[in-house]
Amino acid sequence: MGGAAEGHAAGLGDPELVRRIHAGDRSAFAALVRRHGGALLRFARVFVRDEAVAEEVVQDTWMAVLEGLDGFEGRASFKTWLYRILANRARTRAVREGRSVPFSALAGREDDESPLDPERFDAGGMWRDPPVGWTDETPERLALEAETRAVMEAAVQALPPAQRAVLVLRDEDGLETAEICNLLDLTVTNQRVLLHRARTRVRQALETHMRGGR
Amino acid sequence: MLTCKEITELVTEYAEGNLSFMDRVRFQMHIGMCRNCRRYVRQVKATAAALGLLPAPEMSPDLEQELMRRFESWNQTRGS
Repeated sequence: MGGAAEGHAAGLGDPELVRRIHAGDRSAFAALVRRHGGALLRFARVFVRDEAVAEEVVQDTWMAVLEGLDGFEGRASFKTWLYRILANRARTRAVREGRSVPFSALAGREDDESPLDPERFDAGGMWRDPPVGWTDETPERLALEAETRAVMEAAVQALPPAQRAVLVLRDEDGLETAEICNLLDLTVTNQRVLLHRARTRVRQALETHMRGGR
Repeated sequence: MLTCKEITELVTEYAEGNLSFMDRVRFQMHIGMCRNCRRYVRQVKATAAALGLLPAPEMSPDLEQELMRRFESWNQTRGS
């Protein structure tokens, strides 16, 4: 991909790109894939851990996009439409391979353990072992510095599947709660609990790193 | 008065804006007085914001090429 045509297309909004793809514009498709491809792949990994399978799901999704272009009416955003297609594809695929466990079922199973060690509080619920200060608590530094970034990425990978799914969509991708519930077929309550547990764990991983290192 | 433990349990609801008015007031009263919880809340918020700054994964060149190849064949079938 690349070239001047795509460079131009990269500046256009999704609806205009979709319109141009309709007309057979290759650079418009390339630009749309570039814009959403990485995040879409990340979303696919929420459903399937195997990288090759995740890529296949992404491919299937883009093909479904092309074949369903006429059905895209622009009522939802293109991204919403795209993600819904992927969620459906990924589920179908999981069912076909006989390993489909809905996130709602996982949510219950992931519920058995406190994400923050209860020993850190005294009987009255006050800190016995309070959080330590971090060298730098700004989001920019945490995300940019290689060490803390690696800690966060490893912590996200280690999360139970439903927690990881919610955290990726809410915090990494910035989707709204209602959309996440829709995509993952979760209740609002489930979504909130999962997000809370996931964030608590990732913060804890950073704290463990800050205590251990430097 | 909320306990520190309760603050750590409510922090996501607080950050997401889901607490009722009264719970929000109680939450803010606690962190107004408790340095440890203020720090904890700040760290949770920073963690969530930092996750939003992580770059999305890159698609492999093979995947990109395959998608473009599929686009070409889709476009041809359609045109004929």
